Amino acid sequence: MQYVKLVIAAVFVSNFVLAQFLGLCPFIGVSKKTSSAVGMGIAVIFVMTLASFVTYLVYWKLLYMPLGIGVDARDYLNIVVFIVVIASLVQFVEMVLQKSMPALYRALGIYLPLITTNCAVLGVAQLNISRFGSGGFAAGLLGATLNGFASGLGFTLALLLMSAIRERLDEADVPLPFRGVPIAFVVASALALAFLGFSGMA
Amino acid sequence: MPPDLQVSVSPHIRSQETVPRIMWTVAGALVPAGLVGLYVFGWRILVVVSLSVLSCIVTEAASLRARKLPLARLRDGSAVVTGVLLAFVLPPHAAWYVPVVGGMVAIGLAKQLFGGLGHNVFNPALIGRAFLQFAFPLQLNHAEWPYLIRRPLLEIFRGDVASADAIAGATPLAVLKDAPGEVFSGGWSFWDLFSGYMPGCIGETSSVAIILGGALLIALGYVNWRLPVAYLAALVAGVLLFPVAGADGALRAGLPAIFDGTYPWQNLAVHVFSGGLMLGAFFMITDMVTSPMTSRGQVIYGVIGGIMVALIRLYGGYPEGVCYSILIANGFRPMIDRFTMPPRVFGQRDIAAGGTS
Repeated sequence: MQYVKLVIAAVFVSNFVLAQFLGLCPFIGVSKKTSSAVGMGIAVIFVMTLASFVTYLVYWKLLYMPLGIGVDARDYLNIVVFIVVIASLVQFVEMVLQKSMPALYRALGIYLPLITTNCAVLGVAQLNISRFGSGGFAAGLLGATLNGFASGLGFTLALLLMSAIRERLDEADVPLPFRGVPIAFVVASALALAFLGFSGMA
Repeated sequence: MPPDLQVSVSPHIRSQETVPRIMWTVAGALVPAGLVGLYVFGWRILVVVSLSVLSCIVTEAASLRARKLPLARLRDGSAVVTGVLLAFVLPPHAAWYVPVVGGMVAIGLAKQLFGGLGHNVFNPALIGRAFLQFAFPLQLNHAEWPYLIRRPLLEIFRGDVASADAIAGATPLAVLKDAPGEVFSGGWSFWDLFSGYMPGCIGETSSVAIILGGALLIALGYVNWRLPVAYLAALVAGVLLFPVAGADGALRAGLPAIFDGTYPWQNLAVHVFSGGLMLGAFFMITDMVTSPMTSRGQVIYGVIGGIMVALIRLYGGYPEGVCYSILIANGFRPMIDRFTMPPRVFGQRDIAAGGTS
């Protein structure tokens, strides 16, 4: 039951884009067309799940615990270490895509490398450490990985909704100064307003 | 706007149906609910409704002016309908600036910024309401809303809400959320819930008046009956099926209780007949602009909305979830349309989809 709650919380209640306002650049950048939004969403789910798993492992088993680095230093080192871990992961995903799905690779363009420094991916890794710190390593690892997966799912949901809305807005008579990115941000704020209905849940 | 729609090829079917005609009919269909609001809450609601409508009209005019569009478009009546709907989901005691700011956000942000009537993705009145919820939470979340003691209709015009005639009470849904089981000891009968004699927002309390107006819209073909039915049915199914923590803290779905005869049916009555559900089902989620085009899409859309209401009411922080549920459904709508739109004429393919013209 607690895992069901965790998934619902990550997808709806504290949706990375619409409730925590992280990962806005790929959200705005890749939401122009549904086809590339699907690809981006899958890439983010993959990277977030893997990053959550690996960073949690690195934090508890590989670096800090064995080396005995103090908590204060860890807070600073986290960002550096996690970025390196995530960057190499993204590099890996990119190589796989380039080789096996060149069409998708081209569709994603600049945005796949951008996940490297995406605050949502780094954010989920960081939040996992503070959120699943107690309660045993195995349960924490499962929770962190599931949270990463569900957060990616929430990101993908937001991205898909946004892309369908933006495709529709292409035909709308939006005032000239608001065409494109500005109206996308207005839509994002309206979606965030709607998702506030979930606040207080789980 | 009709003058914009002159050029087309034959054959032509002439119809009396125009945007102004539909909009003014919708406004007329809202009158019964407004009258009940006037009876229950007193003259104060006239102030809120007029300010809201006025704010919407002024904002619409200013936006049309800024966009260098003909002011004649005001005559389509859509701003009036938005204004009335916005006022109907505000509490009767709202301060003057609440409907004014709400109208500005509804028309300026949610409608004209998207290109005006027909282009908006979200229901303008509900964006206005959701915005107000966070701008003036004390005004809108106030648990105790005053309503008048039953008296002859004519006396209302002499009455004053602030006088001793007014009594305050929590809305049935708020009672249900805080202390389930005490709803019907709060002084409401089933008939009170159905007729609308209870605290709540201005135009949402009377199920019977709203159903009356909604039936008119369905009979005229302005509303597809599948949409409100799907919305209401999904809420009922959600309330019955989702497990809720009981008095002992254990999670329990309502369905088994129906079979052993212990289900508290009055709770379901509160869910269906109080709060904004009926107004949402017949006037908000059925909005022509923001609902899907096919019947199948409308059913999916209504079910998403209904489940969201049940989720928010049962598990969320708010006693009421109609406003958010419809905004969320609005967000899903372009995707629903994308996957349920009927095949194109003669199997024609979109140029963007890979075909050539």
